[in-house]
Amino acid sequence: MERFFSSMKYAIQINSAPVQSQSVHSAQQFIKAALAEGHEIIRVFFYHDGIYNGFAVDAAWPALARQHGLDLVLCVSAAERRGMAAGASAELAEGFRFGGLAQWVDAALKADRTLVFGG
Amino acid sequence: MGKKFLFILRRSPQQGARVRETLDMLLTVAAFDQPVMLLFLDDGVYQIKRGQSPESVGLPAVAPTFEALALYDVEAVLVERESLAERGLTESDLVIPAEAIARAEIAALVADQDVVVTG
Repeated sequence: MERFFSSMKYAIQINSAPVQSQSVHSAQQFIKAALAEGHEIIRVFFYHDGIYNGFAVDAAWPALARQHGLDLVLCVSAAERRGMAAGASAELAEGFRFGGLAQWVDAALKADRTLVFGG
Repeated sequence: MGKKFLFILRRSPQQGARVRETLDMLLTVAAFDQPVMLLFLDDGVYQIKRGQSPESVGLPAVAPTFEALALYDVEAVLVERESLAERGLTESDLVIPAEAIARAEIAALVADQDVVVTG
């Protein structure tokens, strides 16, 4: 049977904090829609003020990670710069892990498309 | 599995420490031996204008980082000609050599990339 649908691999970068703009919500909606259409999300990389997503009370990211096994990686040097990578402040929300920029490059190289949310 | 990366800087050095993190990202890509280009657009041209002192408002000086770009294999450093002209600047006002390109050429440049990141 001929296939008209080809699945895409996406790398996602999130640059804004949860309440800073609508972009985090847009990213979550995009991820849900892409997964529902059979596409793959290789990794979600949180950079700049995006690292605050890993400490937010918002249950949306942990729920997405749980349901779809998403790899949510928080840049450790961006977190360090904001005082969020050591001690009690390093308590990440469920589903997140610390990583480095190499993991962003790795995801971008494996992906068909890299999308940046939050300008 | 090489990909072409383009980083676009549009903010002035007084608009936060974010450009420093974007440069970290660019340097990581270069360390992965991927072809990478840098474009200064809009107020981003102030990033490489001579005599900027973001440290006077408590932000990191980025000019030394730009001077280090020469050590990495950055394929091209570009600046939009109209962005310079609209701000009364010329290429001789810049701390690093940058190739001026016309606004009309930007869309084709972006379309030719695999990964585009704005910072």
